[in-house]
Amino acid sequence: MSDKKYWQSFSELANSEEYEKKIQNEFQEELPFEDKDGKGWLDASTPRRDFLKYLGFSTAAASLASCKTHVRKAVPFANKPENIYPGVAKYYATTYVQDGDVIPVLAKVRDGRPIKIEGNNLCSFTQGGTSARAQASVLDLYDMNRLRHPKERVVKGTEVSYEEVPSFEQLDKAIAGKLAGLRNLVLLTSTVVSPSTKEIIAQYPNLKHVQFDADSYSGLLQANEISFGKRAIPAYNFDKANVIVSLGADFLATWLSPVEFARGYSKGRKINEKNPEMSKHYQFESHMSTTGASADERVTHRPSQIGVVALDILNMLNGTEGSPVNDDAKLEAGIKKVVADLKAHTGNALVVCGSNDVNVQVIVNAINNAIGAYGNTIDWSSTLNYRQGIDAEMNQLVADMAAGNVDALFIQGANPVYEYHDADSFKKALAKVKLTVSFNEKLDETSEWCNYIIPTHHYLESWGDAEPKSGYTSFIQPTIFPLFKTRAYQTSLLKWSGNDTDYETYFRNYWTAKLGAGFDASLQNGVIENTAAAPSAGSYNGAGVANAASAISAAKKGGAIELVLYQKVSVGNGKQGGNPWLLELPDPITRATWDNYVMMSMSMAKDVLGLDLTDKNKEKTINNYEYYPEKPVVELTANGKTLTLPVLVIPGMDAHTIAVAVGFGRSEKLGIAVAGVGQNVFGLKTFNGTTADYFNSNVELKKTDKKYKIAQTQIHGSYEGRTEVVKETTLATFKKHPNHFKEYREELAKDFAPLTGDFRKESTIYPDHPQPGLKWGMSIDMNSCTGCHACVVACHAENNVPVVGKSEVMRYHDMHWLRIDRYFVSDENNPDDVKAVVFQPMLCQHCDNAPCENVCPVAATNHSSEGYNQMTYNRCIGTRYCANNCPYKVRRFNWADYTGADSFPNNQDQKLVGKLDAVVHQMNDDLTRMVLNPDVTVRSRGVIEKCSFCVQRLQEAKLTAKKEDRVLADGDAKTACMTACPTDAIVFGNVHDKESRITKMREDNQQRLFYVIEQLHTLPNVNYLAKIRNTEELLEVEEHHEEQAAEEKKETATEATH
Amino acid sequence: MIPCNSIVKKLSLCTFVFLAFFSLQVSAQDGKQLFQGNCASCHNPFQNGTGPALKGLEDRGPWGDRNNIYAWVHNPVGFMATNKYTQDLKAQYGGTMMTAFPGLKTEEIDAIVSYINEVQPPVATKPTGGGSGTDNSGRNALIFGVISLILAIIALILMQVNSNLKKLSDDKEGILRPEAVPFWKNKIYIAMTIIVLFVVGGFYVVKGAIGMGRQIGYEPEQPIFYSHKVHAGINQINCLYCHGNAWESKHAAIPSTNVCMNCHKNIGEYKGDPLFDADGKEVNGTEQIKKLYAYAGFDPLNPNAWDANKAKSIPWIKIHNLPDHVYFNHSQHIRAGNVQCQTCHGEITAMDEVKQFSELSMGWCINCHRQTKVNFYNIDSTGTETGNKFYSIYEKFRKDLMPDTLKDNGGKYILDKNGKFIIHPSKMDSVTVKDIGGIECQKCHY
Repeated sequence: MSDKKYWQSFSELANSEEYEKKIQNEFQEELPFEDKDGKGWLDASTPRRDFLKYLGFSTAAASLASCKTHVRKAVPFANKPENIYPGVAKYYATTYVQDGDVIPVLAKVRDGRPIKIEGNNLCSFTQGGTSARAQASVLDLYDMNRLRHPKERVVKGTEVSYEEVPSFEQLDKAIAGKLAGLRNLVLLTSTVVSPSTKEIIAQYPNLKHVQFDADSYSGLLQANEISFGKRAIPAYNFDKANVIVSLGADFLATWLSPVEFARGYSKGRKINEKNPEMSKHYQFESHMSTTGASADERVTHRPSQIGVVALDILNMLNGTEGSPVNDDAKLEAGIKKVVADLKAHTGNALVVCGSNDVNVQVIVNAINNAIGAYGNTIDWSSTLNYRQGIDAEMNQLVADMAAGNVDALFIQGANPVYEYHDADSFKKALAKVKLTVSFNEKLDETSEWCNYIIPTHHYLESWGDAEPKSGYTSFIQPTIFPLFKTRAYQTSLLKWSGNDTDYETYFRNYWTAKLGAGFDASLQNGVIENTAAAPSAGSYNGAGVANAASAISAAKKGGAIELVLYQKVSVGNGKQGGNPWLLELPDPITRATWDNYVMMSMSMAKDVLGLDLTDKNKEKTINNYEYYPEKPVVELTANGKTLTLPVLVIPGMDAHTIAVAVGFGRSEKLGIAVAGVGQNVFGLKTFNGTTADYFNSNVELKKTDKKYKIAQTQIHGSYEGRTEVVKETTLATFKKHPNHFKEYREELAKDFAPLTGDFRKESTIYPDHPQPGLKWGMSIDMNSCTGCHACVVACHAENNVPVVGKSEVMRYHDMHWLRIDRYFVSDENNPDDVKAVVFQPMLCQHCDNAPCENVCPVAATNHSSEGYNQMTYNRCIGTRYCANNCPYKVRRFNWADYTGADSFPNNQDQKLVGKLDAVVHQMNDDLTRMVLNPDVTVRSRGVIEKCSFCVQRLQEAKLTAKKEDRVLADGDAKTACMTACPTDAIVFGNVHDKESRITKMREDNQQRLFYVIEQLHTLPNVNYLAKIRNTEELLEVEEHHEEQAAEEKKETATEATH
Repeated sequence: MIPCNSIVKKLSLCTFVFLAFFSLQVSAQDGKQLFQGNCASCHNPFQNGTGPALKGLEDRGPWGDRNNIYAWVHNPVGFMATNKYTQDLKAQYGGTMMTAFPGLKTEEIDAIVSYINEVQPPVATKPTGGGSGTDNSGRNALIFGVISLILAIIALILMQVNSNLKKLSDDKEGILRPEAVPFWKNKIYIAMTIIVLFVVGGFYVVKGAIGMGRQIGYEPEQPIFYSHKVHAGINQINCLYCHGNAWESKHAAIPSTNVCMNCHKNIGEYKGDPLFDADGKEVNGTEQIKKLYAYAGFDPLNPNAWDANKAKSIPWIKIHNLPDHVYFNHSQHIRAGNVQCQTCHGEITAMDEVKQFSELSMGWCINCHRQTKVNFYNIDSTGTETGNKFYSIYEKFRKDLMPDTLKDNGGKYILDKNGKFIIHPSKMDSVTVKDIGGIECQKCHY
């Protein structure tokens, strides 16, 4: 394994001294006992006497503060609804809809407040999976920056104000007055997936409907129109594909319907040890994407080359020569390999492409036709409705508006001033429209220019329906009475078109007519699905291929540096960009929070910035880059616009490509949390005449002297070089040495327990903790984890994990109970060429022999008889010994009062602790706090917290079983991370139950099972299953016996010399 | 059942409905339970409520024939169609229809009727000054204190006498000694006094500090003088009739206004014994009902016009407060634990306005968890199962509960010198809440 290295940071890669020093220190800063002058606390102007004074005062104050008992009221219902019990949560089926994204979900409603989103298991294609954004959507409901009533934009001279319209009657009257005589009405929306809404729009006289998507799939839609005569997207069956080739499609994180695709994809990635086979995933891409991280083989290319790559594949599949020449040998080899594999798996292969270029997609259609994907892995019997916008229609609309041909414009969902590639021309054109109305929930970039803003409900307050795939309908029902004076935009459209029914009635009538008496049951289930039709291949027509091929061949080559615009799994296209949970979510690849930035390869960093991170002699440079949040800043010029952005150097990038995430740089009107976070790069899209390309083939980069701070979490927890933390190998190696990981564990038992072989009992001085009844355990399959981070947000929501803000993340104070560690696997000598990326969800391992428990002076953390490690906040005095002694670095300390739970007011802004970011105050707003889970304590300053295995859920499950006088069934208790996971990577349950899934999982996967740093004898209750890459590469396997023998020999030799 | 000694004595009448459904044999005692579980929410044996008083019902109307009673209870609507007496009764009670109980067996109805025939009106207890039930520990402490003080003074005097006598004898013998130090200047005395003061003072400071925020005996004045004694005590309304939420949820919850009005639509006057508040002032019960009507928006003169949707909530003052970091679940205790309400809330049936009976401190919780036995699952040789099946996974405890016959390493029984099996006593005699992890931190703090 000489050339293979697992590493998290560049310093680790270089094994620098500073790194060694840093990792010795769990808490990387001194206690804030310093004076302003920087003197120590004994020499400071607040010396010992003052300390004693404060001590005396605070003791007295604490006593006095607790002397007076508050009179608390208990106000019951006036007229209690049947079947609603205060304190008992109810679950309502509804649907997360954001633009075209659709995920059927259940909303957990506790005492009238939705507080948690769970996936809907009845949905056949998500099977209960969710995404990070769906999980975070419940926080958007309580966003204090939502518009609270309809507004009218009033311009007086240079002053613009937004004045409240007192009632909807008044509003309707005013609009009706203005609409009179207007003929050309346009409704501009993001993709509409609701069939009833579409009917309403169709019935509105003289209303033209234009759909515009920030992340457009126009190229795919139009290509299918050419190839199949249908402007639609077929269903992709990733579960049926043995070979998956993705040309820049980030289908596990952001492309089209990632939850559905990840679910299907993961089925091919689960390994049966008796017959270890798995699907093969090739990724061609220009930047390091989340999906690329899961790929078995990755080939990078310039974004402008994607057409050439597709064409190459097609030509080689067809056996025709004369394909455009690639001067890149690696790319060429990759293409050859893919073609051979595709040929070998005709009918079981699938090619997806993330390009928004019609020509490229036409070629990809031809490839899929050539490999027999249609009717097998691609199914035309059901079409996907997630994205329907056509870029050219939007362009036409802007032209019409500019020409004065649009009289009234209604906007819903879309936000062109922010998302359109030419926002200035849209803004100018908007001024020429006589009446502009926005239905958006917030005063976003477009709404602030509209005459009227009539906020629509949040989806958790709405009625509605969604048809994400033809034949699959999912219903939306309100889970809370609208918090503000908002109105469904459909009701407005109905009213203005002369129909006096509101949308709820319309929606009920619409579905009762279709479903009759079955409507209520469907609403309760949340989804109705037609019986799946037989897969259809559609009617492929290859006539457009020649044109597309010549267009691609004729396309001009890219410049020295090209730019890719990508979406993050967190904020996506920016619609939920004001969501603090998402903003603080570390990016799966860069581990950065709260910003967007330029990602570039190490070689480009050397060329452009003069920053050489691979040179081991330049330790200081590496450490300066790695350990301080200040990152170099570049000036990026494209489309005539210049942006200054910070740089993160990331391996696995194409050498000529930089990547910047969209979705940042939102208007400060969306809240204090989002103000100043990142920059908007939608303007760097290029329009190719038909569609908008999400890359720019010629950009300029200029180094500047400026620095910018980025809050990354990647180096916050380190294992001090214990690389056994991750276990990863290739499929070929695994087949050859199936017991490689198992032998390591057996060897441990021999080493540590030579007498009995009982690793558990013999190799410790501590007594065993008996578990007479239940014993909880978790298994995490690293082969299934795609790094989508849904679990991390679910954990936030379930456990009231605080948001700390960028400044605190920079000080290593992030509070995530669950983090997903990212390891690059690469050749030590060529780190830019990433062989694999391993994601490892890391949470409290609930060790049976926990190092944290032994060092707590007040026994605030101790072991339960059910096998989990308990943390008692009210007992914790904040010594942080436990966090120091935790080898997994999963304990989090409340450095400041992040939650407002302290008894003393004004504990959040102090000279010593530092001023907390505005977002912390936003999270502590009374409205935002409605999202808190009342069953989980809100932690105050000075205590440690960590994963509790969602103990509140375990207790609830046990209680339900006791009340029902039965044994706890497998699956009664599920942790939040487990239910959120779209790939079923996390299995949780009672390991004493011989029939439970967790027991079976451990029994059936003995060859991949491992515990992280098991040699420390911590006896974790969380096990992992090793990651297997599907490549033919044979890795060297350490022979444990020999190595040990050699070591022993060495020892005896040294002894002998003494 | 909770064997907390001081509490067992006080366990009183208010038992739970659900027990009734599981009883196999029906007896007069069950008649009382059945009555309380099914009928008491609307009927009282001696007073007209939502429905008429039931005492002596067999002398009235068609009820002399037991079959009529069965028919009526099982299907009131059907019976009323052919019966003028019940039609009149309905008119008399504001159109309220009797609830059907098709699930009650005929012998159960018999048991209820015989209970109604046997039951005697409760003898109203006058409020007494100190209350007979108060314990004497406080008084004893005082007596001990006084005695100790007297003994201490005697000891002091004796010591003084002793030193004086010694001085006298020394003087007589001509031994010269320095003048004795008076006791208030004697360093030993001063040190002793300081130590005593420190210990006593420290004890009270610590005790006071621990007691901070605890409010045992807290009895706030409520917006309405609601007497639990009248409702749960004298009228024997089941606790769960009003606090039904406790059955389902962690919160017991205070009943909504419409639940009060279920009965008070018909009960507009208080006719019981005089009520006294905590200060001994007499309270007009009827006035209190009028306060309820004000919240409910109910006009007694026009009862049919009442709309429950227009009622207002009554802002009661919360008496039992737990800190935020404590998770407590009512349904767990009453359903899984079979704990009686009175165990924690005291003799609620004797309280007018409720006051906090228990300390609600962690030590108090833990002590109970240490002593209380769970409804542990067991299965005997005939295959009869007892206890909650949830606990069947605790096989080790089940084994430990059994007396064991000793075996040697080879698996053979060891015999004593008389040739008999050696029976080892069982390792545990019962399974308490503690044994199943009930005093671990994260059972209540998360």
